[in-house]
Amino acid sequence: MTTQEVRLCGLLLQEHFGNVVEKVGTHLIRSGVLTLRALAHETKLPLDLVKKSLCVLVQHGMCTFGAGRRGPAGPVEYRINCEHVFHMLRYPRYIYTAKSLYGDTGELIVEEILQRGHMTMSSTVKTVADRLTHNMPEGQSMDYSEVVSVFSQLVETHFLQRCPPLASAGSSSSGAVDTPLPVATQPTEPESHPDCYKLPYINLTGQGKRRRSSEDGEADQCCGDDDGIYWQVNFQRFHLHFRDQAIISAVSCKLDQSSSEIVRTMLRMSEVTTPAHAAFTQALSANEIFRALLSSYNIARPILDQYLSLLVDDPMEFVGKTGDSGGGMYVVNLHRALANLARATLESVVQERFGSRSARIFRLLLRKRHLEQKQVEDFAMIPAKEAKDMLYKLLSENLVQLQEIPKTPDYAPSRTFYLYTVNQLPTARLLLQHCYKTVGNLIERRLYETKENKRLLEKSQRIEAILASLQATGAEAAQLTEVEEMITVPERQQLESLRHHINKLDSSENQVDETIFLLKSYINSTQASL
Amino acid sequence: MAGRGRGHRTFSVEIVGIGKGENLPPSSIQPTPLFPPLDQKPVPLQAGEEAEYMLALKQEFRGAMKTLPFYIRPAAPKKDVERYSDKYQKIETSDWKPDWRRFPKELRVREKRPLRDKSPAVPKQTKQPRVNKEEIIRKLETLEQKEEEGSSDEEEGEKKKPEEQEAEGEEEYDEEEFEDETDYIMSYFDNGEEFGGDSDENIDEAVY
Repeated sequence: MTTQEVRLCGLLLQEHFGNVVEKVGTHLIRSGVLTLRALAHETKLPLDLVKKSLCVLVQHGMCTFGAGRRGPAGPVEYRINCEHVFHMLRYPRYIYTAKSLYGDTGELIVEEILQRGHMTMSSTVKTVADRLTHNMPEGQSMDYSEVVSVFSQLVETHFLQRCPPLASAGSSSSGAVDTPLPVATQPTEPESHPDCYKLPYINLTGQGKRRRSSEDGEADQCCGDDDGIYWQVNFQRFHLHFRDQAIISAVSCKLDQSSSEIVRTMLRMSEVTTPAHAAFTQALSANEIFRALLSSYNIARPILDQYLSLLVDDPMEFVGKTGDSGGGMYVVNLHRALANLARATLESVVQERFGSRSARIFRLLLRKRHLEQKQVEDFAMIPAKEAKDMLYKLLSENLVQLQEIPKTPDYAPSRTFYLYTVNQLPTARLLLQHCYKTVGNLIERRLYETKENKRLLEKSQRIEAILASLQATGAEAAQLTEVEEMITVPERQQLESLRHHINKLDSSENQVDETIFLLKSYINSTQASL
Repeated sequence: MAGRGRGHRTFSVEIVGIGKGENLPPSSIQPTPLFPPLDQKPVPLQAGEEAEYMLALKQEFRGAMKTLPFYIRPAAPKKDVERYSDKYQKIETSDWKPDWRRFPKELRVREKRPLRDKSPAVPKQTKQPRVNKEEIIRKLETLEQKEEEGSSDEEEGEKKKPEEQEAEGEEEYDEEEFEDETDYIMSYFDNGEEFGGDSDENIDEAVY
C-alpha cells in the first residue's frame, strides 16, 4: 500500500463512516493483519468503539476476518480489502448504470444495497417499494411484484450476487460451539459457491407503504423466508460493463456509429461465454453477428463485411480475425483494447500538461522504443534546443527514462549510448498514483472549504428549516420574505460560490475516477496474462 | 558507476547533448512551490446531464450515509449544564443489529447494565430514600405527605432501576428538604458508596 493509497482510503472511510472507523481502518491497512486486542491497544480507542467499527467494515465487505496464524484455536485476525474501499469512489457510477439499464427501481435497489453493505431480498424489496411509493402521487403505491421482477433481472445478469457463506455456517447446530472460521489468507470467492446467482423462493406480496409523518423510526426488519441469504453488489460485473462501454465509445470516436454498434453486438453476444479475465472474446462468425444485429441498425450483409474488415485493419486492433469459416471468425481483443486506451490516456496527459510538441516526442518514443538524443530531434522535427528542454522536463517528471548501452565493458561515457525510452506499464502505474493523490487533494480541499464556511452553512440550513415549517403551517408571503432576508446579499453570494466550488470538486472526483478505472483495468489485465 | 581511476569522470554531459559553457537553467535548491503556475490551462470538466446526475447522486449518497447507523461518532463529551437547545440538536442514531451468524462472536458488544453495581448499595442506605419523578411534583404540594410516602418509596425505587440514576442526582437536593429538622446538611456527608463501583465494568478484559 502506497502512502497515497492509504491516505485516500482514510479520507473515504472518514467521509462515509466517521472519524472512528477511519482511525481503525487506516491503522489496520498500515499493519496488514491484526487481532482485535492488538488493534484496540494500538489505536488507544475504547474496545466498544473498535468492535463497532469492525462490524461496520465487515458489513460493507471492506474487512475480512479469519482464523489467524495460530490456527482455528487462536484469536481471529482482520484485514482490510483496499480495493473495496476505492470502490466507494465509484458508487455514483454504479447507481447511474443500474438506472440506465433497469430504470428507477433498479437504481434504488442498487443504492440501498450499496448503502447497507448486504441485505436480504425481502428487506430490499420492502424498502425500495416504500421509497418508490413515497415519490408517487397520492393514492398510488408500488407493488412488490414489480420490484421483485427487477431484482431477479439484476441477479440473472449477475449484477447482484449472494454473499459467500462462512465455511462452516451450516455445520454447527447449537450456537454455543465456536464454529471454525476459514483461513484468513484464502477468502472464499463468491463465485465458487454454486448457488451464487440463485434466487430464493419466497412469497412476497404486498404494496409499498406511504410513510406518514407521524411514524418515526425505520421500517421494522421482519424475518422473511429468505433469512440468512444476503445479497451484495457484484462489482466485477459492473467493471466488465464499464470496460465494454469504454471500448464501444472509443470505436465510435475513432470510426463511426455503425462500427460501434457492430462491436456492441459482438460484446453483447460474448457476455456470458467469456470469462472475466480473458484476453479476447470467443470467436464469432460473421453470420452469427449478422443474425444478432438489431434490425434498427439497418446494416446490410455486404456492408457488415466491409465494416468488419475496416475494424480488423485499424491500427487500434480492437477486432481481430481468427479464421475464415462461417464468413470469417472475429474476436474482440480485450486486453489489447485496454492497453491502447491506457496508452491514449498517457498521451493525452502529456499533451495537456506539457504541450503538443512534448506529446509528439512522447508518442515517438512509445512507438520507436529507444532513441538517441539526435534521433529524437530528427524524427520529431523539433529544433535541438527545444527538444532538449522538453526531454529534460519529461525526464524530471519520470515519464521518460534514460537507458545506457555500453560499447565497452568499462562503461566509459564517450563510448556508451544513452537512449531515451518510455515503458508503458511503469508509466501507467506512476500516473495511477498521481490520480490517487489528486483525488485525495480534491477531497481535502472540499473538506477545508466546508469547514471554513461552516457557520454560514449552518445558518442557511436553519433558515431553510424555519422557512419549511412556516410554509407547512401556511404563513403569508410577507413573513416568508422577512425570514429570507435574514441572509444578507453578500452572504448569499458567498453561499452560491461555495456551492459552485463544492460541485466542481465533486465532479472532478468523478472524472478522475474514470481515469483510475481505465488505468487500473489495464494494469490488472497485464497481471492476469502473466 | 563510481569512478575507479584517479579523477576520471565517468559521465560527461556532452553525451546527452549539453555543450561546454552552455547556459543551463539554474539548479533549484528548494522544494517546488505548493501551487506551481501551470503552463497550460486544464481542460474544462465534462458537463452534461450524465455528469450532473452523477454529481447529485454522489452528494445525496454522502448525506444519506451520515444519517445511517453505520456512521459512528465518538461519544459526545459530557456537558457541564443541560442546555435547552440540546433537545433540538440531538442526532437520531438508531442502532442496527447485524446478523451475528456472519460475524465473529468477539465483536458482539455486550450491553452493560451500569446500575447493577449500584443496586447492592441500596439496602445500606435507609436514611436516603429513593424518590421517583412523580414525587417531586407531589413534594411541591405538601411537605408532610412526602415524609410518609418517602419510606414506602424505598421499596418502589429498588424495582425501578432505570430511574435510579436520576434519583441519585436529585437525592442530595431532596434530602435538604426532607431532613429539615436537623441542622446538618446531608450533602456534606460522603459515605463512600461510589468507591469501587467501577471494578465490574470492563468484563471483557481477561483477568490474569
